[in-house]
Amino acid sequence: MSIIGIRVHTIREQWPGALAIVVALIFWECYAAFITRNSFLLPGPADVLLAFISLAEKGILLTDFEVSMTHFAIGLILALIIGIPIGIAMGWNRRADEFLNPLIEILRPIPPLAWIPFAIIWFGFTPVSAGFVIFMGAVFPILINTYAGFQGVSRIFVEAGRMLGCTRTLDQIRYIAFPAALPSVVSGIRIATGVGWMCLVAAELFGVSNNGLGKDLWFYYDLHQMDSVVVYMLILGLIGLAIDMVFRYYIDRHFLKWRTGEVA
Amino acid sequence: MGKLEILNLNQSFPRDDGTRLAVLENISLEVQDEEFVCILGSSGCGKTTLLRLIAGLDTAGSGRVILDGEEIRGTSPKVGMVFQEYSLFPWRSVIDNIAFGLEMRGIAKDERYRIAERYLNLVNLSQFRTSYPSELSGGMRQRVAVARALALDPVLLLMDEPFGALDAQTRNMLQKELLDIWEATKKTIVFITHSVDEAVYLSDRIIVLTPRPGRICRIFPVDLPRPRDRTSPEFAKVRRGVLDLINQNCAIQ
Repeated sequence: MSIIGIRVHTIREQWPGALAIVVALIFWECYAAFITRNSFLLPGPADVLLAFISLAEKGILLTDFEVSMTHFAIGLILALIIGIPIGIAMGWNRRADEFLNPLIEILRPIPPLAWIPFAIIWFGFTPVSAGFVIFMGAVFPILINTYAGFQGVSRIFVEAGRMLGCTRTLDQIRYIAFPAALPSVVSGIRIATGVGWMCLVAAELFGVSNNGLGKDLWFYYDLHQMDSVVVYMLILGLIGLAIDMVFRYYIDRHFLKWRTGEVA
Repeated sequence: MGKLEILNLNQSFPRDDGTRLAVLENISLEVQDEEFVCILGSSGCGKTTLLRLIAGLDTAGSGRVILDGEEIRGTSPKVGMVFQEYSLFPWRSVIDNIAFGLEMRGIAKDERYRIAERYLNLVNLSQFRTSYPSELSGGMRQRVAVARALALDPVLLLMDEPFGALDAQTRNMLQKELLDIWEATKKTIVFITHSVDEAVYLSDRIIVLTPRPGRICRIFPVDLPRPRDRTSPEFAKVRRGVLDLINQNCAIQ
């Protein structure tokens, strides 16, 4: 069932999934209430809900959200600005590929968090510093998928384009290779949002800002308020899910609708 | 106008052992304006190579291709091409595929849709205007490809086994439609095929190529009036003539 491009599940389709969540919540509450009986070791769902209400009343969650989204946006936008053009150059031009490929292959396996020391040295305790760590996580999936997408552009499309007057390199990239590679580019961006989001908590850990979802997760850990820590964990998870949903239900359907009839 | 002259065309490709593999040898041919010519040959005889040279997609080892007195040195809007494989842009709707060449030429949106619409009607696909290629059958895709090539109003239309992947009925239907379009638009058509039946049904003249390296073995005029009846004795006679010729003179030596 689909309304304005968003898939709406009926209760019937959804109940097994909902049941699993309810069972997990009951199990969690019982375990916390009767077995561990220690809200530091394992806060129960009720503790978490209360902590959420008190955090929400302080108005701190919205600030955290804004700060984290700023870090995330800096990282992702930088990754797009740098990853896509380099991916295009390498995927389209064999010389650029030969030139840059070894460098990329050496840099790529470095875990994004290993860049934290240099993030601090180069950018100080600023949002750009957190953005840089997220960038290091997000740029390679975007670059590699753009590269693969451009390499996979069928020669027949380029030649058909040439026969129809699309002869300049920039036009061939813009009108033929880019749209042909777009599904691959988009799935690269989707992977990048996931990886970038996972870098967020660590990127905020070293004190680039006074707020932020990751920053305050650590803050409440230091206060030993584990119920608040769980609140932040769940919020991080839900936002990550929301970002992925945007790709699954919006971007794929609106920008790649031509693929619906194709065998991928 | 659409007079094509091919002069002493040779093409060869480098092989791994350093020698060169001759693909086309000394091809000279003249195609008149508004003529429908089929190039017939077995697979690997260089038919497609020849067509790519005429299209300006590749450069010949030696020799020249001249269209209306001008040498072809690259792709040109005067030459349209329908490829063997599906070459429609899958991310563009049918109408946007047909309008692509006009868009590249910088023609304003209203104008290019108006022209594209006309060619969409010509191939009888108006109800599929906004469909994507993946939603069309193989035959419909090739009809769109014909419309797309014609939209720039080329003088010469090149077709590289365009109906090769289609089933027999669809293929016969598209051959008939192609002849109607040819009558209506008066293009010069160079059509590649390995089907004798197709060549006899469509062409004014059949150019028979030898297997590798491709040389012109014989030029076979087909004088039957159109529309041609595939089941008629005259048709069968021409077919037999072409087949005998291939078997006796143009086979692998």
